[in-house]
Amino acid sequence: MLEIEIDGQKVEVAPGSTVMQAAQRIGKHIPHFCYHKKLSIAANCRMCLVEVEKMPKAVPACATPVAADMKVHTGSEKAVKAQRAVMEFLLINHPLDCPICDQGGECQLQDIAVGYGGGESRYREEKRVVFNKKLGPLINTDMTRCIHCSRCVRFGQEIAGVMELGIAHRGEHAEVMAFVDRSVDSELSGNAIDLCPVGALTSKPFRFGARTWELVRRPSVSPHDSLGANLQVQVKHDRVMRVLPLENEAINECWLSDKDRFSYEGLYAADRLTRPQIKHDGEWHEVDWQTALDYVVRTLGDIRKEYGADAIGALLSPHSTLEELHLAQKLVRGLRSENIDSRLRQNDFSADGRRTGTPWLGLPLAALSTLDAALVVGSFLRKDHPLMAQRLRQAQRAGAKICRVNAVADDWLIPLSAEVIAAPDRLAASLAAVLAALAEQTGQAVAASCQAAVAGITVDEAARGVAAALLNGERRAVLLGNLAVQHPNASSLQVLAAEIARLAGASFGFLGEAANTVGAALAGAQPSKGGRNAAAMLREPRKAYVLLGVEPEFDCADGVAARAALMQAASVIHLGSFVGSAAEYADVLLPIAPFTETSGSFVNAEGRLQSFSAVVPPLGDARPGWKLLRVLGNLLGLPGFEQESSEAVRAEALGEGDLATCLDNGLDGVQARLDAPAQGLQRIAEVPIHFADPLARRAPALQKTQDAAVPQARIHPETLTGLGVADGEVVRLRGSGEVKLVARVDVGVPVGCVRVAAAHPASLALGPMSAELSVERA
Amino acid sequence: MSEHKLILADLDGDRSWRLADYAQRRGYEALKKIVAEKIAPDDIIATLKTANLRGRGGAGFPTGLKWSFMPKAYTGPKYVVCNSDEGEPGTFKDRDILRYNPHAVIEGMIIAGYTMGCVAGYNYIHGEIFEVYERFEAALDEARAAGLLGRNILGSDFSFELFAHHGYGAYVCGEETGLLESLEGKKGQPRFKPPFPASFGLYGKPTTINNTETFASVPFILRMGGETFLNLGKPNNGGTKIFSVSGHVNRPGNYEVQLGTPFAELLEMAGGMRGGRRLKAVIPGGSSAPVLSGELMMELTMDYDAIAKAGSMLGSGAVIVMDETTCMVKALERLSYFYFEESCGQCTPCREGTGWLYRMMRRLEHGEGRAEDLDLLDNVAENIMGRTICALGDAAAMPVRGFLKHYRDEFAYHIEHKRCLVPVELQREGSRIYVRQD
Repeated sequence: MLEIEIDGQKVEVAPGSTVMQAAQRIGKHIPHFCYHKKLSIAANCRMCLVEVEKMPKAVPACATPVAADMKVHTGSEKAVKAQRAVMEFLLINHPLDCPICDQGGECQLQDIAVGYGGGESRYREEKRVVFNKKLGPLINTDMTRCIHCSRCVRFGQEIAGVMELGIAHRGEHAEVMAFVDRSVDSELSGNAIDLCPVGALTSKPFRFGARTWELVRRPSVSPHDSLGANLQVQVKHDRVMRVLPLENEAINECWLSDKDRFSYEGLYAADRLTRPQIKHDGEWHEVDWQTALDYVVRTLGDIRKEYGADAIGALLSPHSTLEELHLAQKLVRGLRSENIDSRLRQNDFSADGRRTGTPWLGLPLAALSTLDAALVVGSFLRKDHPLMAQRLRQAQRAGAKICRVNAVADDWLIPLSAEVIAAPDRLAASLAAVLAALAEQTGQAVAASCQAAVAGITVDEAARGVAAALLNGERRAVLLGNLAVQHPNASSLQVLAAEIARLAGASFGFLGEAANTVGAALAGAQPSKGGRNAAAMLREPRKAYVLLGVEPEFDCADGVAARAALMQAASVIHLGSFVGSAAEYADVLLPIAPFTETSGSFVNAEGRLQSFSAVVPPLGDARPGWKLLRVLGNLLGLPGFEQESSEAVRAEALGEGDLATCLDNGLDGVQARLDAPAQGLQRIAEVPIHFADPLARRAPALQKTQDAAVPQARIHPETLTGLGVADGEVVRLRGSGEVKLVARVDVGVPVGCVRVAAAHPASLALGPMSAELSVERA
Repeated sequence: MSEHKLILADLDGDRSWRLADYAQRRGYEALKKIVAEKIAPDDIIATLKTANLRGRGGAGFPTGLKWSFMPKAYTGPKYVVCNSDEGEPGTFKDRDILRYNPHAVIEGMIIAGYTMGCVAGYNYIHGEIFEVYERFEAALDEARAAGLLGRNILGSDFSFELFAHHGYGAYVCGEETGLLESLEGKKGQPRFKPPFPASFGLYGKPTTINNTETFASVPFILRMGGETFLNLGKPNNGGTKIFSVSGHVNRPGNYEVQLGTPFAELLEMAGGMRGGRRLKAVIPGGSSAPVLSGELMMELTMDYDAIAKAGSMLGSGAVIVMDETTCMVKALERLSYFYFEESCGQCTPCREGTGWLYRMMRRLEHGEGRAEDLDLLDNVAENIMGRTICALGDAAAMPVRGFLKHYRDEFAYHIEHKRCLVPVELQREGSRIYVRQD
């Protein structure tokens, strides 16, 4: 440690730290614009100039390394003179449009100008004008306000992994812009808005919505991906106006994915459910809660009486809160049905009953950033887990080797050390080859559960490369993504991946499908012995369905089957925040509050329980899901529905003891097996980032992004030629139904596969996510 | 007194750039001796230190000292880079060195590579002198064919590659770290220092960057010995220096003279003042050096210390001579325009300040000056100085402060009378296209 003195105050800092870091340690503010703790040092704004004794010139605190016995003066005449000079330069070409600027009130330039600017400008020449740029549906530009701090540029290069913004031209003509005719399409793009210290980049959806000082800030937790990003929801007049990151170094750091940030718009979608409704003679009628609940009690009672409790099935969204999931499963179990599931997109349930605990990430989220090696198996990493991808990107920048075994060669914007890209039916074999290579390289024996899979496997160079990369350093992880979890042979993939992790001395875990996947498992939102899983409930249609926050046609592995099952049911009880197509198949709609209007908890991928309160009151007659379920339990005469608060529900759901002790990725007695070769074209289906849950589907700005574009049928050129189809032609794809989509050449898709996104209206009719498709020219 | 040519000696004819011609001028003797006798790198550095060779690019930093900064224990690749991005208005010496004596630069760079243990060198050549770049490439081919470059140079175990690279004419790429960024294929923007190139240079590896003339001087020093070279000049100002004399003189051009030569003699070598007019002002070291009055210059000798003592700098040795037909306001407006256009825009004081200075100067020159402008100009320039990432900010500010210091009256006259102190007819006379008589 080095001791330096800042304004007479002694501070000890590590060698290699900067004066800025030292100052922050003792809470001393040095004005700055370009400096940001998560970005590289640019030292270009010059606002943080300070005096250091024995140095002839004022030096930038952000870029000056500390030296023993350094004496720094942040407020000396020399320092202040320099700071004032820089402030004046920054302001001469900055428009004086604060009254109409969205950044007004939360503008670093404005704030610092109060302290360091003059009362009147000495600049009397013409001011610079810069034309605005079109950066897409999320970021609004007022480029004349730009002070060229380059934070947005560095963010792209260093955090998002793609340099979508750059500074073109020179000197006063320098302008931040995207590449000619390109927009900013990164799934992390919104962070550039936060980083911009002025009003050059502002939020398009929020634009002119409110002044910052009118907004009340309330903490919350993102209901989307399995990260559980901490949110600061900003509210005016009981309405969510925007969402910003709430800094949490252990989870989202200071970032948010665009989905976390902009999905709030969906809260006020046109089909938001605000009144209980009952369908009567094919017509929907708004009713009061009493009527609606009586109807539900009667219907469930009738069906149970007539067809038995087994005729009732419950499909629960893993984006629901722990409390809702707990009460929902308790209610259905109270009715004596075991048909409960929240693993809606999964296809392989053969591991049920053999798990030794609740599947989770296998290591803390923050540890992803400091890994030395990671193997990601079967994942749309960047779109499914934008901020986990960001952490792995940082790990790679620090020297980690990242590799993958995957069914598509998506650009993760992370330089990969090795990869195996294989068709879905070859994934298990590819993992087996990596496992065999590892056994070869480490001289260890493969466990019995994998021996059959490894027997006779050919170990190629690619597999050896993956194995070697995974052995880099000391901190290693094997991570299973959504593609692997939703794979028809998911349990084998898991057994093989876990064995790879064991031989490599790596941690093993799941990236997690949804905000509360871990929580749902803890809450028992899946069938125990004798119950039907999500697929079985659709395969063997039930008489009545209870839906919690689910749009089954989008959220289930087979939307067509889901829809058919619901349409034939005698009763569908829809608990949700939106109507959607429930209007067609449900007979009662119960409005429950979305995450902003209820208290509740999510358990994220790393097994962290995060509880939150409502940030606004429920819209209309909507009620928190846990309250509704609790009352419904009472009305059904079920025991154990006396909870007075969501905290009480949570306590009951989690029981005694440490949540962490439940987390375990073990599988008992599952044998890995290889898939039989596919006969036809295999479908590879991702869930597009902005179609993954009902809220994101309804966010208008997100729906205008490139990520929400209509899916195309992406096919390897060899396969496409074999089909006699040219790139860009419309093709007819047939699964359980038929759709027409544009075919696109994609060398990142294995031969013999068709990549068609699921959960999108345009591809819905295709049916199962994992299936063989036929493709022909339309 | 006359010129004392080393680098520019015996370059008559159109084949002076060829390897054979250079060899006849004792070229590559120094390198051959070093390689054959395995002369210790420290001895070479010691010779350069004795010679008191100071960087010819503008800053005048002692070359031997700079070479000694390269980490010896570093095991990865190290680089040597030649800065031929000669962009300072008034400077045109490196162009002639590369055009007529490129092998001197090549030899100097190979010796540098040998001395500092570099694997490769790059010569970054200004983008607007493309034919010079092509000639340098041709010279490199000759050197490679002769076994002077590449693997096992002259049969020794010393290997060194040398490449030419041409820029696209941005002034700021002459700033050494801007040059490195540009060489790496990025936007030419100076880096914040520290770290200095000696520890984090090209591609993040230890790198030494010297000016073309500096490298070209090295073989001569090693042949004649440090002491002899030093004695050509003055103490602390060793050797000869090429001055690019331009402006209102009869024979503008490059003149290689011993450091310490009186300015008056240099002016004489350049044929004296055009039309016998009165010498008004001189910018002694390139456009960024503060202007000095003619009277003062006639008293000075041309060396680093004397010019610095007089309040300016020897810089790159670009001597811009202005006679009495020059309007100093117009001259400064033109200079300010240059810096305004050439600022890279990275850091605030330079990006914003150069525009401010130029706009004020344009207003002043066009008769729209205000009384408070002079103090404001000086203050804005002062506010830029010492607060930027690289020296371009200072380079833009120093001329403003120099012109204001020495010619404030002329500026005041402009503001008061809304026209030049020097009558326009006289200005036109002075800027008539001039055809050299010899």
